[in-house]
Amino acid sequence: MSALLLTLAIPLLASILLAVLGHRPWAGHLNIWASVLALAASLWLAFIILQQGTLGFFSGQFHVDSFNVYLIVLTAFIGATTALFSRPYMAKEELRGRLSSKRLRLYHSSYQGFLFTLQLALSTNNLGVLWVAMEGATLATVLLVSLYRTPEAIEAAWKYFIICGVGIALALFGTVLIYFAAAQVIPDPERALLWSTLSQHRAELEPVVMAIAFAFLLVGYGTKVGLVPMHTWLPDAHSEGPTPMSAVLSGLLLNVALYAVIRVKILTDGALGSHPGAYDPRLPGHLMMGFGMLSFVVAGLFLHRQRDIKRLFSYSSIEHMGLMTFAFGLGGPLATFAGLLHMTVHSLTKSAIFITVGHACHIAGTQSLERIRGLIRTQPSVGWGLLLGTAVIAGFPPFGVFVSEFLLLSATMASQPWLTVPLMIGLGVAFAGLFRHIQPVVYGDHPEHQAAVTANMWPVAIQLALVLWLGLTIPVFLAQWFDQATLLISGEGLL
Amino acid sequence: MNGLLAMIQAIAFIVLAPLFASWIRRVKCVLQNRRAPALLQPYRDLAKLFSKQTLLSYNASPLFRVAPYLIAGATLLAAAVVPLLAVKLPTAAIADVIVLAGFFSLARFFLALAGMDVGTAFGGMGSSREMTLSALAEPAMLMAVFTLAMVAGSTNLSTVIDQILRDGLALRPSLLFALLSLTLVAVAETGRIPVDNPATHLELTMIHEAMILEYSGRHLALIEWASQLKLMIYGVLIANIFFPWGIATEFTPGALLIAVLAITAKLGVLGIALATGETVLAKMRLFRVPSFLTLALILALIGLLSHIILEVA
Amino acid sequence: MLNQLPLYEQAILTLAALILFTSFALLAQQRVLSMIHVFVWQGLLLAITTALVAYDSSATHLYYSAGLTLGLKVILIPWLLHRLVHRLNIHRQPHVVKHPSMVLMIAAALVIFAYYVTLPIHQLSVSITRNTIAISMSVVLLGMLMLITRNKAVSQVIGFMSLENGLFFAAVAATHGMPMVVELGVAFDVLVAMVIFGVFFFHIRDSIDSLDVDRLNRLAEHDQ
Repeated sequence: MSALLLTLAIPLLASILLAVLGHRPWAGHLNIWASVLALAASLWLAFIILQQGTLGFFSGQFHVDSFNVYLIVLTAFIGATTALFSRPYMAKEELRGRLSSKRLRLYHSSYQGFLFTLQLALSTNNLGVLWVAMEGATLATVLLVSLYRTPEAIEAAWKYFIICGVGIALALFGTVLIYFAAAQVIPDPERALLWSTLSQHRAELEPVVMAIAFAFLLVGYGTKVGLVPMHTWLPDAHSEGPTPMSAVLSGLLLNVALYAVIRVKILTDGALGSHPGAYDPRLPGHLMMGFGMLSFVVAGLFLHRQRDIKRLFSYSSIEHMGLMTFAFGLGGPLATFAGLLHMTVHSLTKSAIFITVGHACHIAGTQSLERIRGLIRTQPSVGWGLLLGTAVIAGFPPFGVFVSEFLLLSATMASQPWLTVPLMIGLGVAFAGLFRHIQPVVYGDHPEHQAAVTANMWPVAIQLALVLWLGLTIPVFLAQWFDQATLLISGEGLL
Repeated sequence: MNGLLAMIQAIAFIVLAPLFASWIRRVKCVLQNRRAPALLQPYRDLAKLFSKQTLLSYNASPLFRVAPYLIAGATLLAAAVVPLLAVKLPTAAIADVIVLAGFFSLARFFLALAGMDVGTAFGGMGSSREMTLSALAEPAMLMAVFTLAMVAGSTNLSTVIDQILRDGLALRPSLLFALLSLTLVAVAETGRIPVDNPATHLELTMIHEAMILEYSGRHLALIEWASQLKLMIYGVLIANIFFPWGIATEFTPGALLIAVLAITAKLGVLGIALATGETVLAKMRLFRVPSFLTLALILALIGLLSHIILEVA
Repeated sequence: MLNQLPLYEQAILTLAALILFTSFALLAQQRVLSMIHVFVWQGLLLAITTALVAYDSSATHLYYSAGLTLGLKVILIPWLLHRLVHRLNIHRQPHVVKHPSMVLMIAAALVIFAYYVTLPIHQLSVSITRNTIAISMSVVLLGMLMLITRNKAVSQVIGFMSLENGLFFAAVAATHGMPMVVELGVAFDVLVAMVIFGVFFFHIRDSIDSLDVDRLNRLAEHDQ
């Protein structure tokens, strides 16, 4: 119990502390220490879950099982590595005059607050509190997107606020509908929104209401996942906000939103499955597949048009989230396992890429793809990091992304063979788009004024190494967690 | 017996309409701290007009001479069918709300034609304004009528009132919105403030008055009476449909007496409300009237939607 | 039949229709201050409706929700908006709404659509307030319509808050409110959102010298 309490309380307390003290020069260090401590707490929690299996805390209000425990650790880990990267990066931004120390206070406090809302969303058992945490995550980051106060940044933040706000409002309606369906089956109102209770009774839930609720929740939380056509806030928010924020947005927020959708899908599948006459039981899956495929294809095509390096990689995030949504929509143990693996490796890779991109932008002094050149000559570590990261996210073997995409393709070939065609074409298109832009960035003739910067590439190296490890061999405990989660989500285990 | 009663009701309408207009004028004067004319003054005015010579312009067509009779006749027919004192009279068979709207349209059509007939600028202006406003007011009125019809299950006025009486005191959102909408439409159709000032002498602000500028003598008397009758018809409609208590459902002398007292009281209160509204509000500029009527349409629409969504169990 | 229901249940239906009317009225307003006043009326009607539902269904926690709505949506948020409007000096600017009649017609169509969407839920509920689920969905959709058709930032925020009103009403109508912890969380989120909006207005105004969000158009795909 105290492990979970620490995991949640450390970011919250750090957020409050940094709200008061965040403008001091050592605020960045405090941020790092808080994130590392939270990581330690989450590892402790994972250890407890490894030994005792699924646990409920605080009289069932929190629920940690095999599906969210590794996500909690992942969130804390990426939070820590990004905090490590963010300290010198933001110090440099302050030196360049793009920020004041007051805004750094807002930045640090919101960073920890954001991590708190993410951990809350992951560990809560109450669907209503999940909603509150998701909205809280939006609120914590909206002022960060406009941190640089340029007209473009303010526009991006306004778009983010309004689009995600409307999306979250639709998700609230979906949550109300779930409560409506639950109240008819579970007499105690205090327990009617708890996911674990709902999961036990999911065959009794009214299918029509659950189907409508799922549609609203898919569109609502899907806005935060970045599904097309609700994705329009994503490229703007990523490109205009500070780079550490892009890293955690891409790496963490999109994952947590997808996690929320999947939790609801488990309930809906149970409800529809037990009343086959009302609605097609594969409806949630088909909806997710539709949105996923659409996002995947559209993002892959948009990749080619980009001229800003951060927008390029944000479209890559949309594409991969589409792929994951498609995987979970396809259902079945193989695709679900692939989706879970992909969630993990995509987070690690994308945040590593954004860290490298942050360094690249500092080297070149710009975010424009046409003006960053010759990184490999100016600073080999950054150049190699970017090249390797792009290769990993494009799906090169033997990295983890290749493994999950391969598993997904196998699953698609088994159940919906014709969909393999757009998947492969899309993967090819995205690959071409990424490399077409990154190749001149890494290899081209470097301009004279470009100079190397002090860049700590250790977080990148560690994360890419983890992705390689996950591609070659998944550790036993992680494979077991993935398997149990697959059992929970799709009804059968893989291993 | 019932036929006699129906005829008495129609005569009552004709006779009492100027009294209603006079009551409204009296209340307005009291509110504005002026000395009111005598309560029976409109009768004297009508008598005076009837005894005067009618002057016709050289280029007045035969329509100009016939129109006042047509207008008065259509309005009279409308008055004959609206239940004033009792429901289920023989005239109730044609007391369909859409027929009523049709009678009003007939009267308005000939009034507008008469306004344009002589070729004066103000007449044409009045006619075009009147037709514009009625084109916007008709949908609102019909929407409110449909709401009533859906609540009561028929468009027959007598059936509607009977049904609402039998339902007892019920707070229906659909009827509330239909009432608000019909009130706004009534203000627009009868040419009262805030749409049109009936006492204005400035031709450029006139709508209804502009069409009858050229009339004199008995023609003018008939048209004035018709407009007073129209005001009373709308008043009786609103009073008896939305607050039907007191109307006679049997034809006993006791019920009829109660009906007389009830309608007098209701019209009295309506008159006070209208006079207060006219005193407090200012006349709107002409280009603002469409948004006023759109408000009436939206209210009627919400009434209809409330009925379908909220009241059909 | 309607006339067989007790009076306060009829009152709940009438108040729901009036709340829908305030949503239409919000769409038709042209001045920011009158928009805030209509929003206050909507919040007030919502609080009264919640209290009546609480009385009708004997769900005592709904009284707290009604009080929370009263404090937040009727007093605190309109006060914040009022202060903002005066500090930003936009109450003197006229706000021309494009095609008001068409917007109202689309609003009527959205109400019908909302009724159609919530019909299955309507048929499944057993509470008296099930008819009002369609009204609450309509308020949500009309709030979204306001967000789409308005180009001044303050109007968009009022549309957003009206959308939240509709969601709260949906919770009250369908399920007699949510558990208290969720209600408190939602209220807290709305309040923080309002505060952040307030901060935002100043940023927008400082950046583009106006609050016309149509001018926030530098980031578009065709520019990239």
